[in-house]
Amino acid sequence: MTTTALSTGTGRHLYRPQQKYIPVLATLSLLVVMFTVGSLRYENFGSAQVVLDIFIDNAFLLVVAVGVTFVILTGGIDLSVGSVVALGTVISADLLQVHHWNPVLVIGLVLLIGATLGAGMGAVIHFFEIQPFIVTLAGMFLARGLCYVISVNSISIDNHLYVRLAQTQIPLPGGLHVSPSVLISLVVVLIAAYVLQLTRLGRTVYAIGGNQQSAVLMGLAVGRTKILVYAISGFCSGLGGVLMSLYTLSGYSLNAVGMELDAIAAVVIGGTLLIGGSGYVWGTVLGVLTLGMIQSLISFDGTLSSWWTRIFIGALLFIFILLQRIISVRRT
Amino acid sequence: MTRHRLFWPGLILILLLFSNLFFTPDFFSIQVRDGHLYGSLIDILRLGAPLILVGLGMTLVIATRGIDLSVGSVVAISGALACLWISRLPDMNQLSGVLVAIVLGVLLAVALGLWNGFLVAALGIQPIVATLILMVAGRGLAQLITSGQIITIRSSRYALIGAGYWLAVPFSILVALGVFALAGLVVRRSALGLLLEAVGGNPEASRLAGIHSRRLVWLVYGFSGLTAGIAGLMISSNVSSADGNNAGLWIELDAILAVVIGGTSLAGGRFSFTGTVVGALLIQTLTTTIFTIGIPPETTLLFKALVVTLVCLLQSPAFRAKVLYRRRRPGPAEPSPSQPTSQLEVAG
Repeated sequence: MTTTALSTGTGRHLYRPQQKYIPVLATLSLLVVMFTVGSLRYENFGSAQVVLDIFIDNAFLLVVAVGVTFVILTGGIDLSVGSVVALGTVISADLLQVHHWNPVLVIGLVLLIGATLGAGMGAVIHFFEIQPFIVTLAGMFLARGLCYVISVNSISIDNHLYVRLAQTQIPLPGGLHVSPSVLISLVVVLIAAYVLQLTRLGRTVYAIGGNQQSAVLMGLAVGRTKILVYAISGFCSGLGGVLMSLYTLSGYSLNAVGMELDAIAAVVIGGTLLIGGSGYVWGTVLGVLTLGMIQSLISFDGTLSSWWTRIFIGALLFIFILLQRIISVRRT
Repeated sequence: MTRHRLFWPGLILILLLFSNLFFTPDFFSIQVRDGHLYGSLIDILRLGAPLILVGLGMTLVIATRGIDLSVGSVVAISGALACLWISRLPDMNQLSGVLVAIVLGVLLAVALGLWNGFLVAALGIQPIVATLILMVAGRGLAQLITSGQIITIRSSRYALIGAGYWLAVPFSILVALGVFALAGLVVRRSALGLLLEAVGGNPEASRLAGIHSRRLVWLVYGFSGLTAGIAGLMISSNVSSADGNNAGLWIELDAILAVVIGGTSLAGGRFSFTGTVVGALLIQTLTTTIFTIGIPPETTLLFKALVVTLVCLLQSPAFRAKVLYRRRRPGPAEPSPSQPTSQLEVAG
């Protein structure tokens, strides 16, 4: 291990093998290969707009996956994100269309509800020592059930601000364009990367994921951080809900079914270890891009049916989990 | 008596059943029509049969400290394969053809279960992650088998499994009962159950004690695949069609819920088949009750969330210590729920 570190290390990481970057680099090269193959095989695929479109179509998934990254880094899991996204869209649509609230207030409330739900689940996980899996499962039922209580039918949104935000195209040089949602999601990514790498909270997240017992013994605020991490995930899901209601201009209780799986898949493909303690937000961005790229390739191809997407994602998950396993075995 | 593992779930189940009397006075009546048994109770048993089956498989997986998220996909796949095979038969009622379809569906399900076992036991991947792969890819596979269509079949022989009657009793109840009795017999009348609990209690210690824990892990995931496969046949046979997208949707969550309600510890090392059956019936009764009372069926999820939270809180040692026993100091004679004597209770 030291020999590889010495030969490839830049001096700063003399004692740290570059091994920790392998999963992210693998995802990056996979992404490049997929894009190259797509460009060679299909006309119009090899343009920057195709990549930007992936961002536009997956902005909400990106935000949600960033939240899930925090949770998985601590070694937990959050199954409730898809339902909270749906709850966000339904609450937005209901308050805007039925109760005619101010849109800014609505967005604020949705974010608050998401964060509160997350914090509540985190508190149950921390104080009563119940597995994150089962607590967030209950949260998933709760949020989805609340959606149905508010409205069973799809409500379309015609609020002025929402429609403007949804239809605005921000031009970029070279005839390219993105949507405001993309900018919001990228801001979230930047903040998340900063928090994880350069703040006390972020380092505590990694410490808990590495070894919770040690983190407690080091005197780190483990309980507070764990609750906060689920609150962050809930907040991101709420924001994901707002972005999704912008994307579809509607609120529907069956929105985002199975999104928790996509988010977890994106995080894993992005190289974050599911046992916690290792991974990067940038990896998650690459993971979301990979999922989007698979969808684009399949839709450009035209002959492959949509269900191949799921099979490909499953196969990719398998490969990356295997890769993780090999790395963690080598480490010990 | 309140200390018994099945006391609370059993009590809730009975209360729930009796609360139906207010809304449907003839809730408990069972009639015989055309030589078949009819009644709300029979319906609960019949519709709950697939969940009971999947729950039984899940129980053993959870007993070894695992979890199987892929059962919903396996349900869809086995039903899809069986229906595809039958739809290709020249005569859909041909006995040998239907039997081959059933065997194929179950075999594929067992193979998928063993794949999960391979990932967990041989490669050492966390169960939740290992089975997530098949959960994601499985829906795609099911749709691949059905070519994205809903395959509809007309086969009275195949319909027997999910919707038919045998000796006046719905056949699906008999199948679930049979699997329950057989599995209970094998697990509790041999050392198998004890070994499984040992593996779940402490995998490393049980390995050092000479238990082939890997082999047992293969076995439980295979069994989970088997029960999910049978449940898949049942569900597709009940509606005489295979839907790759929606068959068995969320059944993994219901099954985990049933297992947890039944008192099987998610931390492994303790399980109860009877508890799982009670849990599954509780969930099915809840669904049926909500339908009969006339509350919008969508709110079932809210009740489920409530039940999961309650059951998990009551089971959590930390919750008991912090909230329930705060006022009265537990005396030394009070039996702790994690004592080995209560773990080895014969159930099943």
